[in-house]
Amino acid sequence: MTQVKMTVNGKDASGDVEGRTLLAQFLRDDLGLTGTHIGCDTSQCGACVVHVNGEAVKACTMLAVEADGAEVATIEGQANADGSLNVIQQAFQDHHGLQCGFCTPGMVMSAAALLKENPKPTEADVRHYLDGNICRCTGYHNIVKAIMAASGQDVSAIAAE
Amino acid sequence: MYNFDVERPSTIQDAVKAMGREEAQPMSGGQTLIPTLKARLAAPSVLVSLTGIDEMKGVCLDDEGRVCIGGATTHATVAREAEAHYPALASLAARIGDPAVRNRGTIGGSIANNDPSACYPAGALGSGATIVTNNREIAADDYFQGMFETALEEGEIVTEVKFPVPTAAHYEKILQPASRFPLVAAFVAKFSDGVRVAITGASNDGVFRWAEAEQALSSNFSPDAVAGLSLDGSNMISDLHGTGAYRAHLCGVMTKRAVAAIG
Ligand SMILES: Cc1cc2nc3c(=O)[nH]c(=O)nc-3n(C[C@H](O)[C@H](O)[C@H](O)COP(=O)(O)OP(=O)(O)OC[C@H]3O[C@@H](n4cnc5c(N)ncnc54)[C@H](O)[C@@H]3O)c2cc1C
Ligand code: FES
Ligand code: FES
Repeated sequence: MTQVKMTVNGKDASGDVEGRTLLAQFLRDDLGLTGTHIGCDTSQCGACVVHVNGEAVKACTMLAVEADGAEVATIEGQANADGSLNVIQQAFQDHHGLQCGFCTPGMVMSAAALLKENPKPTEADVRHYLDGNICRCTGYHNIVKAIMAASGQDVSAIAAE
Repeated sequence: MYNFDVERPSTIQDAVKAMGREEAQPMSGGQTLIPTLKARLAAPSVLVSLTGIDEMKGVCLDDEGRVCIGGATTHATVAREAEAHYPALASLAARIGDPAVRNRGTIGGSIANNDPSACYPAGALGSGATIVTNNREIAADDYFQGMFETALEEGEIVTEVKFPVPTAAHYEKILQPASRFPLVAAFVAKFSDGVRVAITGASNDGVFRWAEAEQALSSNFSPDAVAGLSLDGSNMISDLHGTGAYRAHLCGVMTKRAVAAIG
C-alpha cells in the first residue's frame, strides 16, 4: 500500500491505496464521494470525468497514485458556497439537461472544463467537446442547450426538443 | 486488474533504472494501458510512470528547424503548443479521441503502442520523423514494423519525437464514431524534395507509406494525380466496421481529400 495525499474540492484528503487503485475508486470507496459515476469503466462514457490540476480526465482511467499531490475537483465541489446550484448545474435543471442523471456529473465537469477554456462556445464547439461524454437518455439536445445557456448566451432560438 | 507496484521517477535516468526491475512496464497516459490491464491482457509487476519526468515534456524547435516533442507530452499540449510550428500535426493531436483522453494520452505512448488505427504513427511516418529513445535515434521508416510492432527493445523508452516540418501538410481522417479512432486516415506531407503519404487504420501490417501515391503527387500535386490509383484490399483490416476492400477505397478518398485541403 502507498499513502496518497491530494486536495479534493479544496480539502486535504489522504489514504492508503494499492498500485492498481483507480482514482475513481479512491474517490468513491475511500472518500465516499460517489457523485463520480462509473458507467463503462473502459474510458468510453465520461460519467467519471473529474478535474485533476484543472484538466478534465476520466477517473476510471487514472491511477490514484498518479493523483498524489494533485488538486482534484469533483461534482461534489461544484455547488456555490451557500449550497445553491452553480450556473452550469442550474442551467441543466432549467433546460432539462438530464433525465436519469447518471451521466450528469461527468457532463457538468466536462462543461466546466469547456467553459474555462472557451467561455462562449458555439453549439458545434459544445458538441465536439462532449465527444467523450455519453448520455443514454436525453438525446444531447438539452445538454448542449444548457451549456450554451450557462455560458450566458441566448438559447431561446434553439428549439426545445 | 492484477496488482502492481508503481514507480514515479522524475528523470529519464531513474526511469531507465526502474525499468530494470523484473517485469517492469512503462506507463504514460495510461489511456491504452489501463484498459489493457483491466482486461488482464498485460500483467506487469511494476509500472514505471513517465508522467512526472519534466525533461520528457514540451514542444520546442531544434537547430535544424525540427519540431521536437517530449515523449510524455500530452495530445492536448501538442494541440496547443505545436500549432505555431506545425499546424497539421497540432490538428492531428487535437482530433485524437476526446478532451479527457487528450489531457492524459501522450505521443510516446501512442508511438510505442503503434495501434494499427492510431493517429500519431501516421503523423510520424508521414513527416519522416525521428524517434528518440533513452539510448538511440530511429528513423520512422525503420521504427514502425507492423501491427503493435516497433523497433523498440525490451525496456526502451521513447523520450522524444523530432518532426521535420514540411512546406504543407494535412491529416484527413474518417472517424469510427464508437471508438473515436480513425477508421482510415491519411497524412500527406509536401516537402521541397517530394511528397510523403502515410496511411493508418487500413493495413493488417499497421501504418504504411503509399509509395505510388507519393510518386504521383511528387510530380503532380493535385487530387487528380491519385484519382486513378488503387490499393489491394486483401491484406487490409476487415471487421464489422468495414471490409478490406472498403478500407482500400477509403485510402484513396482520404489521400485525395488531404491533397485538396492543402490546395
Ligand atoms: C476513448 C478513446 C479514444 C481514443 N481515440 C484515439 C484516436 O482517435 N487516435 C489515436 O491515435 N489514439 C486514440 N486513443 C488512444 C490514445 O491516444 C492513447 O492515449 C495512446 O494511444 C496511448 O498513449 P498513453 O500515453 O495513454 O500510453 P499508455 O496507455 O500509458 O501506454 C501505451 C503503451 O505504450 C507503452 N509506453 C507508454 N509510454 C511509453 C514510452 N514513452 N516509451 C515506451 N513505451 C511506452 C506502455 O507500456 C503501453 O504498452 C484513444 C483512447 C481512448 C481511451
Ligand atoms: S466510467 Fe470512466 S469513461 Fe466510463
Ligand atoms: S440523463 Fe440518463 S444517461 Fe444522461
